[in-house]
Amino acid sequence: MDALISGLSKAFSLIFHLNPELLGIIYLSLKVSGLALVTATIFGLPTGALLGLSRFPGQSASVSVMNTLMGLPPVVVGLFVYLVLSRKGPLGFLGLLYSPPAMILAQTILAFPIVASLCHSAIVNIDPIIRQAATTLGATPGQVTVTIIREARYGIMSAVIAAFGRVMAEVGSILIVGGNIAGYTRVMTTTIALETDKGNFELALALGIILLSISFVINVLLHVIQKKGTANRA
Amino acid sequence: MKLSVSHIMKAYQGRPILKDCSFCFDRNITYVLMGSNGSGKSTFLRICTLLESPDSGEIVYTVGDTPIHQDMGLRRRITLVLPRIGVFNTTVLKNVAYGLKIRGAHHADIEQKVARVLAFVGLEHKKKQHALTLSSGETQRLGIARALIIEPEILFLDEPTASVDPENTEIIESIVHAMRKEGRTTVIMTTHDREQAERLADSLLVMKHGKIENMPST
Repeated sequence: MDALISGLSKAFSLIFHLNPELLGIIYLSLKVSGLALVTATIFGLPTGALLGLSRFPGQSASVSVMNTLMGLPPVVVGLFVYLVLSRKGPLGFLGLLYSPPAMILAQTILAFPIVASLCHSAIVNIDPIIRQAATTLGATPGQVTVTIIREARYGIMSAVIAAFGRVMAEVGSILIVGGNIAGYTRVMTTTIALETDKGNFELALALGIILLSISFVINVLLHVIQKKGTANRA
Repeated sequence: MKLSVSHIMKAYQGRPILKDCSFCFDRNITYVLMGSNGSGKSTFLRICTLLESPDSGEIVYTVGDTPIHQDMGLRRRITLVLPRIGVFNTTVLKNVAYGLKIRGAHHADIEQKVARVLAFVGLEHKKKQHALTLSSGETQRLGIARALIIEPEILFLDEPTASVDPENTEIIESIVHAMRKEGRTTVIMTTHDREQAERLADSLLVMKHGKIENMPST
């Protein structure tokens, strides 16, 4: 119990004094997860819209596959990206293994099905009358699509935030492809794992507190967005 | 613009709704189409506004003697106010401005026209309110405002007073009446209410056995 109290007090001290090592790790975590999220959204939103708004053979199967991929085990993704980026892999010549871009790639693969699947769900839940209303007012098919996506904006924001929560808390894949190199690929979750192993609980606890705070902010944001979305419909 | 429908057939799951339905709608006339539930009034309006295709038959819009191609150009000259209008999740103002925005109208033009149309339907004091918080009568008026702002040559109204209180029914009737007086828009409206139909129509029609007929006078 004493060790925990002492660890917590030192952790708060690190946070309070804006420890440079701590700040560097937080910055890299946010950068990697943020860029992964942006990339996943760039591909995931159109994929979700395509699955939700068009009719094509194999559509239901595609939705099922996307839903299944939401539960992708991070270590499997890490292994896959490792094999692709390793020296003998198809993209080995890029020399990206054990670098932040490799971590971004792994997290993008993890976030993409979440964004696509939840965006699809948000879009198909829009009342079909909206499509008809836009059409009768003279919207082109493209404008109808934009209108439906705009109507689904709260659901889409929730999808993006949920994906951010997933990648921020993720450790398996980035440990495999990033290598946990201090000052280069070391992020919050991998640092917590390493420092715990070393018995250095102060930094691990400080990062744990920050990770929990980020998770809390994400959940508050999600709640606010969902509340706003439903309040308008009430 | 005139509308001529000829020999329209439409069936749902083998059940015929419109059977060899033909009629010519002249310009700037207010038509009120009556008929029992399931008689095919709404289907007819949806086919006329290109939301649905007929199984067979022809819909021809003409200006003078020249037929108009059924493309985006035509879609932007006619509009239908659905019984459930499909409110966009935003303010009254943005709902009304939608039709002009998608046509690339200038901001000043949009503002001016929105103010005028909202005043016409009596919703000018609600323009900043969220559209999903309007009452059902106000929502129906919003639907009419959203349609009027694009200045359609033919306005289709599908039972605009079906789920509306007497006060809002009166307002909606006065809007249709004012359009009739202006004489710049063809209105094709459906209703169940015979008295309302008689109050509003230049031409009273009835959908019977899947066909449109002139209503016999009482």
